[in-house]
Amino acid sequence: MSNATSDNDTVHRVSFLNKGSVNIPILRVLQADGTVYEEAVLPAIDEALAHRIYDTCVFTRVLDERMLGAQRQGRISFYMTCTGEEASIIGSTASLDDEDVILAQYREHAAIRYRGFTTEQFMNQLFSNEEDLGKGRQMPIHYGSAELNYQTISSPLATQIPQATGVGYSFKMQGKRNIAICYFGEGAASEGDFHAGLNMAAVLNSPTIFFCRNNGYAISTPTTEQFAGNGIASRGPGYGMHTIRVDGNDMLAVLAATQQARAYAVENNKPVLIEAMTYRLGAHSSSDDPSGYRSKDEEAKWQQHDPVKRFKLWMINKGWLTEKQDIEMYDKYRKEVLKELKLAEKRPLCMLDTLIEDVYDTPTPRLKQQLKSLKKHIKKYPDSYPNSKGRL
Amino acid sequence: MAKINMLQAINDALSTALETDDKSVLFGEDVGHFGGVFRATSGLLEKFGNERCFNTPLTEQGIAGFANGLASNGMTAIAEIQFADYIFPAIDQIINETAKFRYRSGNEFNVGGVTFRTPYGGGIAGGHYHSQSPEAYFTQTAGLKVVVPRNAYQAKGLLLASIRDNNPVIFFEPKRLYRANVGEVPDEDYEIELGKAEVVTEGTDITLLAWGAQMEIIENAADMAAKKGISCEVIDLRTLAPWDMDTVAASVKKTGRLLINHEAPFTGGFAGEIAATIQEECFLHLESPISRVCGLDTPYPLIHEKEYMPDALKTFEAIKASVNF
Repeated sequence: MSNATSDNDTVHRVSFLNKGSVNIPILRVLQADGTVYEEAVLPAIDEALAHRIYDTCVFTRVLDERMLGAQRQGRISFYMTCTGEEASIIGSTASLDDEDVILAQYREHAAIRYRGFTTEQFMNQLFSNEEDLGKGRQMPIHYGSAELNYQTISSPLATQIPQATGVGYSFKMQGKRNIAICYFGEGAASEGDFHAGLNMAAVLNSPTIFFCRNNGYAISTPTTEQFAGNGIASRGPGYGMHTIRVDGNDMLAVLAATQQARAYAVENNKPVLIEAMTYRLGAHSSSDDPSGYRSKDEEAKWQQHDPVKRFKLWMINKGWLTEKQDIEMYDKYRKEVLKELKLAEKRPLCMLDTLIEDVYDTPTPRLKQQLKSLKKHIKKYPDSYPNSKGRL
Repeated sequence: MAKINMLQAINDALSTALETDDKSVLFGEDVGHFGGVFRATSGLLEKFGNERCFNTPLTEQGIAGFANGLASNGMTAIAEIQFADYIFPAIDQIINETAKFRYRSGNEFNVGGVTFRTPYGGGIAGGHYHSQSPEAYFTQTAGLKVVVPRNAYQAKGLLLASIRDNNPVIFFEPKRLYRANVGEVPDEDYEIELGKAEVVTEGTDITLLAWGAQMEIIENAADMAAKKGISCEVIDLRTLAPWDMDTVAASVKKTGRLLINHEAPFTGGFAGEIAATIQEECFLHLESPISRVCGLDTPYPLIHEKEYMPDALKTFEAIKASVNF
């Protein structure tokens, strides 16, 4: 609508809108016991898709458990888990075409796994060795793969949001029936980039899904100190954007919402905002201790809403999974992760030459000169540079 | 060859870029029907349609982020930031994202297709929010190229080279010269190589170095010096990142003296980087300390603009001081 108002929009007494005026329903399909709500409509899902989803859940749980342990042992410098948010991440990714571009925040490794990132590739990134696609340049968990259309993670918060608008627009320009999906937490929605990205997407008609994982905490800051309105979803209509709120611990609800959001975005070249209400069961990162800002009771309450368990019960009810198979899956991934971890740990780091690569498409004369003088220095004092001395 | 002004040359370059590359997109605040507040994009929406040339909401960080997203997915993004003074809201997207996209991903992704065009500089009674020269902030960021043209001919050739370069470029347009600078500009498509300085006038006593709008100033100062029998070699740096050290050093080895002029404030300005490098490269050839004629360490003023500016007269005085050291 324009700024002009019709008589129908006019009132003659002061009347404010407030957050209570905005009623946003929450989509739920799956109950805690793994049965479906009577009136719920199931998403498109068959046994193969359910297995691909569940397999990703199990792998992610194992990876998170083992790598947090590896961080505690000092084998890697940093780690982040997505425990508790698996349904939000995997349910949404599973609704996409593999050519759709994913722009994640940092807690969405389940999405790149769903696309096919191997255990070995995870380990190479986490150990920053010479096989890491990112050439050992970023902290652990900054995954990325052009082949899998998963853009490399950037640490500054929310920067991927306006970029996703650009990626979505590029698909429209290229005449491809693809979209960009952008993940972020409710904390990131406080950044200017959030407003910039959503506003531009709505105005420029960019087929993009903005997927907010409202997981309760931005590091230690609870949602009550993050926003005063009705969550993140309430902002969608303000931008003139299709919006839905889902139970982020309900795999089938996330799947249903994202499947329809994608179809709408592709058909209409328009963005959609999804707010998934979930809970970060783990710490923010391996550098964080949540006991300082939230209670064990609160965490225990959310344990009962475990999204992986809920989906597992549904699969068992369907006859698509047994407890025995489940145990075997965990066992298989524990062995695999441990084996790949040991191999990755032993692989050498990147050659020193990679230090000046990719700054520009080709190294500048100045960079070449700097590398040459650095090598000369390392040759003079090799013992002070143990990582590079034998590999110049 | 037609004589046109710098804005027309920029418009011509943008039109050529859009014509020759189907994947190129041009956008920014008011660049659509209105043709940009300086009219640099006049007629381009009509020619290329509003999917390829369009207005964005008023959000520099959004424009920069959107440009990064487009380029990361194979497009050529030509974004206008309406004034260089307003590039700061976009600085996180440019410094942390545009500049590092390729490096941080191990070249899995890059945004080499991004070019930010932005009018910079003073001399237009614009006060401190329509006059700044923020080039030095960007020269410290590895991964960006920084380019400044000095006339209409360069504006077309350098802009086309910037848009087609496989690296992100920030292209600063001297707005004082937009209409003031008129020159012969070929109709055909041409590029001027990035990273190369141009020796504009040869001389023997001192090297004068500047870029963009300040080139006119040092050329005037060189004329004043010539009347006093001082022969100045005048160099236009054209690209600040990466900058052409070899051409500057060769000149200084010949003349034995260097003066650098820029409009941005003195402290932390790009002249400091050049001076430090040249004293390292040319120490035994220098006959006097390297001289810097720059803006003051104040915000860009309004009523004292003339006093603030590193003008020809100040440059002339610095030339004499250097030669008589």
